[in-house]
Amino acid sequence: MPRETAVDFAIDRVQVLAPDGSVDEELDPDLPEDRLLGLYRTMKLSRRLDERAIALQRRGELGTYAPAIGQEAAQVGSAGALSESDWMVTSFRETPAYLTRGTPPHVLLWYAMGMEEGAAVPRETRNMPPSVPVGSQALHAAGLGWAQEIRDEDAATIGYFGDGATSEGDVYEALNLAGVYSSHAVFFCQNNQYAISVPREKQTKAETLAQKAISAGIEGVQVDGNDVLGTYAVTRDALESARGGDPVLVEALTYRRSLHTTADDPSVYRLEEEEAEWEARDPIERFEAYLRDRGALSDERIAEIEASIEDELAEEIERAKEGAQRIDPADMFEYVYATAPPELERQRADFGGESDGE
Amino acid sequence: MANRLRTIEAVRGTLRDEMARDDSIVVYGQDVGRNGGVFRATQGLIDEYPNRVYDSPVAEAGIIGLGVGLAAYGLKPVPEIEFAGFTYQAFHQIQQHVARLRSRTRGEFHCQMTIRAPFGGGIRALEHHSESFEAGYAHVPGLKVVVPSTPADTKGLLTASIRDPDPVIFLEPTRLYRSIREPVPEEDHVVPLGEADVVREGEDVTVVAWGAMRHRVLGLVDDVDASVEVIDPRTIAPLDTDAILDSVRKTGRCVVVHEAPRTAGMAAEITARINDRALLYLEAPVQRVTGYDVPYPLFARESAYEPDDDRIRAGIERALEF
Repeated sequence: MPRETAVDFAIDRVQVLAPDGSVDEELDPDLPEDRLLGLYRTMKLSRRLDERAIALQRRGELGTYAPAIGQEAAQVGSAGALSESDWMVTSFRETPAYLTRGTPPHVLLWYAMGMEEGAAVPRETRNMPPSVPVGSQALHAAGLGWAQEIRDEDAATIGYFGDGATSEGDVYEALNLAGVYSSHAVFFCQNNQYAISVPREKQTKAETLAQKAISAGIEGVQVDGNDVLGTYAVTRDALESARGGDPVLVEALTYRRSLHTTADDPSVYRLEEEEAEWEARDPIERFEAYLRDRGALSDERIAEIEASIEDELAEEIERAKEGAQRIDPADMFEYVYATAPPELERQRADFGGESDGE
Repeated sequence: MANRLRTIEAVRGTLRDEMARDDSIVVYGQDVGRNGGVFRATQGLIDEYPNRVYDSPVAEAGIIGLGVGLAAYGLKPVPEIEFAGFTYQAFHQIQQHVARLRSRTRGEFHCQMTIRAPFGGGIRALEHHSESFEAGYAHVPGLKVVVPSTPADTKGLLTASIRDPDPVIFLEPTRLYRSIREPVPEEDHVVPLGEADVVREGEDVTVVAWGAMRHRVLGLVDDVDASVEVIDPRTIAPLDTDAILDSVRKTGRCVVVHEAPRTAGMAAEITARINDRALLYLEAPVQRVTGYDVPYPLFARESAYEPDDDRIRAGIERALEF
């Protein structure tokens, strides 16, 4: 037989909560109602934080900011499946994920205010700081997951990146190395359809991004990224697999409903019709309708939640602004090394006007 | 107690000692496991520590990027990049993450990682296997850069690097791996990073050289009709500026020798520091004897490229006769 199929591969796609409100009972993660409401509130908080951040940027109070509007289900569902002993590695659009893990909004705002304080996430929270170089952080997730394997820890690491990052060599190396070293990594790719302006179909000829896993010999799966029950269920299973040394790539199909960053104008590269299509698939609206259906939400309850979010954000934005007043530029010398070497001390003295002029 | 060891044996022995001392050290890289490294620096380690020594796929960015994750977790990665000329494939990880992790998180995280790489020319190697990019790494805030020149210093500096809380680029001159044998202390031996070695004292002229060039300089200074002081900085970053300045204030003349290209090389930085703080002690301009500003040639031309005895001697004479 001169030519035959050597191996056959397939990629599954998962959806638990359909846009019409129906739930697949077999795949339903069956979360208790308070958990469901917790996820809902975090999604709403993130949406509102993004809106306020864009407004703050327009007023000159914030630097460039990357909103995650439209991607709340992808992130809140996946980060919601993490346990406290798991690590999280992010790119620069992970506001919903950080909020899910308990990072306060003012810290996220600090990063967009140009302050390292916004990347100084406490190490004990097991969250890594945001990472701007596209895809580079996937390797850190693979490395953390490898450390968990070396130390035989019953924990996993989630690594976030976007569709654009799958064009980077680092992401391929991360998938491959995670497989080689039985890293406890779950790679969570949010396919929001655009790498700034370049649409998904111009980034790769591959039919799915999940199939990038196949070349690395690890499992790949697609999930409806606007379905918070789906992203939760798929990530929960992927984390379980990863804890046993089998890393997984999850591709969440979603849409960046807002700007790439506040420096971006999507009207140049995409059609309003397309935006309207995805507006109809908005993750928060879908989840809200589901929660209303099962009697967990009412108009009054939603109004209460929205009011508490407004209060929280007002306080957090105030706290962010106060923090920005307190920064000391001289401490940029402080954290370069554990102990500043003599030449750096000389520069610090120059900066402080204490140079001996030698 | 001291055994007479070659540099390669000093590397191996130090890795073994440090792994015994600290179980958070993980050694990995291309061919470092079963094969023991292309120069045999890690020979036998995988048998002693099967769960802490790993062969890596050919993925330099991956090797270093994984290390960021290992370090964030609390392990101490000591990866090997097979040749320093291939650290470029990992440069973005080194520059954007390894070097910055501490400062961008205001000390919440740090990256305790020693990246070992065979370095420099002179072994008739293939293209890209002979580069000297120490100045490039010295230009990256947050990194330390070390070039050992003797077996004993190799032990002392590698020990200090592995124990240092900050990332270190540890560049091992390939042509010295097996060319010198000298007593290396058996007991704990630490050469603090940032301390130069005044290898030979002299009164008339200071020659600063590291790696293989240190030995080339020492091989010819007896023939120079002057009293030559030779300083091996050992650590390129942080540089022991005071040791160089003290010497130049005494001799008034300085020659810096390195294999790397001249423009924006370490000799330029050393010259600038001398000008900043010891200009009035100078009797002559600082002389730079360096590789040329050409890509490191293939080996048929490498001896014409790197500073040889004649060029070094001429540099010393220019400093003396100015």
